[in-house]
Amino acid sequence: MTDDRAYSVTELARQIQGVVEGSLLLQGVRVIGEFSNVRPAASGHWYFALKDADAQIRCVMWKGTAAAQRILPKEGDSAVVTGDVTFYVTRGELQITVTSLQPVGIGDLYAQLEALRAKLAAEGLFDLGRKQPLPPLPAHIGVVTSENAAAFQDVLNVLRRRAPLAEVILSHTLVQGAEAPPQIARAIQALDRSGRVDVILIVRGGGSIEDLWAFNDERVVRAAADCFTATVAGVGHETDTTLVDFAADVRAPTPSAAAEIVSQGWAQIPQVIAGIEAALSEWIDGRLSETDTAFNAASTRLALAAPSRKIAALRQSTDYLLDGLVTRLASSHQLRRERLNGVTARLEAANPLALLARGYAVVTRPDGAAVRRVQDVSAGDRLSVRVQDGSFPVRVERNDGDNDDGQYRLAGF
Amino acid sequence: MGTTTMDNIDSLGFEQAFAQLQDVLKRIESADLPLEESVAQYELGRKLAARCQALLDDAELRVRKLEEE
Repeated sequence: MTDDRAYSVTELARQIQGVVEGSLLLQGVRVIGEFSNVRPAASGHWYFALKDADAQIRCVMWKGTAAAQRILPKEGDSAVVTGDVTFYVTRGELQITVTSLQPVGIGDLYAQLEALRAKLAAEGLFDLGRKQPLPPLPAHIGVVTSENAAAFQDVLNVLRRRAPLAEVILSHTLVQGAEAPPQIARAIQALDRSGRVDVILIVRGGGSIEDLWAFNDERVVRAAADCFTATVAGVGHETDTTLVDFAADVRAPTPSAAAEIVSQGWAQIPQVIAGIEAALSEWIDGRLSETDTAFNAASTRLALAAPSRKIAALRQSTDYLLDGLVTRLASSHQLRRERLNGVTARLEAANPLALLARGYAVVTRPDGAAVRRVQDVSAGDRLSVRVQDGSFPVRVERNDGDNDDGQYRLAGF
Repeated sequence: MGTTTMDNIDSLGFEQAFAQLQDVLKRIESADLPLEESVAQYELGRKLAARCQALLDDAELRVRKLEEE
């Protein structure tokens, strides 16, 4: 560079460009700032400024870079911009040529997580309406985890204690690393399609967020969400949340808790049985005492209606009747006796023998008929004369006619 | 179902025994049974409950691995 020679603008601009773009300090920088003047161009390139309270720097993001980003510039949003500081000679402007954009405050993983969560939530994968109830007494419990995991033993310990009648079917899978996500997804699907389980536990013990990352994988989350079988997720510790937690029908804070949740119904069974037994006993006692009461009532009624009682009553009324009868009989006897006496006296008075005693006689013909008139006899008739102490025969001497009364009157003594 | 006699209770699985136990409970709660039938249902219920309890007491968690197809 000579003393008096003036640079052309272009020369200077290129000079600046060379300095700026040749500086390692200005290449691959990370800058935190707020998006401003965001202008997506029709070409697909993005132009915006990154600013803070006191300064701003222009940025450009080419179409190809933009397409690879999980987030795109949005007015007012904060972000971490990674890029190279360049000098745009044509306009004499310093700018950052962006190579990537990241949200501020959370790491790369969380950004991914959030983006996927939002995407799947928008699809409705986490909707409450998709949740299915857990079977109350699952006889076959599927577990998706590593057979070597402590989490699996935790699950078994809980189920041994609470659901010993159940059967556990393990669908073994890796639970961390790059290979894990497709394996976990397949393990879930295999159990679901086997038709052999009533519920599926998706569990993994605690670990770093990277260790648990497989359970945020879209394939795993979709496999859980699409499961026909009811699912319970228990991944990591209580404070860890993975996307599979949102996709499962029930989220448990830990593997043990997942096992407790699916065995809830089983754990209540002993009490339920005791309750039913108590209800049965109470019921039969009630039934028996009811019957007893009814029986007593019936006995009482029966006793009231018993023949012995009737007999007693009958006896009483019989006694009464008899008394009356005896009284009446007695009086009627009296009456009869009196009447009889009267009749006897009258009979006595009418006794023809009494007349005979007074000297009358009865003359009868052989045919027994009493001789009342003269014409009743003819001469030669044999008659019988009855007097007080006996009879004697007589014969009619003659019968002269009917004029002389006294002549034929045998009775005329 | 419904033909459970005292004799075959010991061959019932837990689910069957438990389901029948609940049936007994339902039956005695809903129907006005004659005394003889009541006592029979009560005895059946007690046996089913004992069967459930015995199965629970003797049970040991079975664990299998899903075979890959």
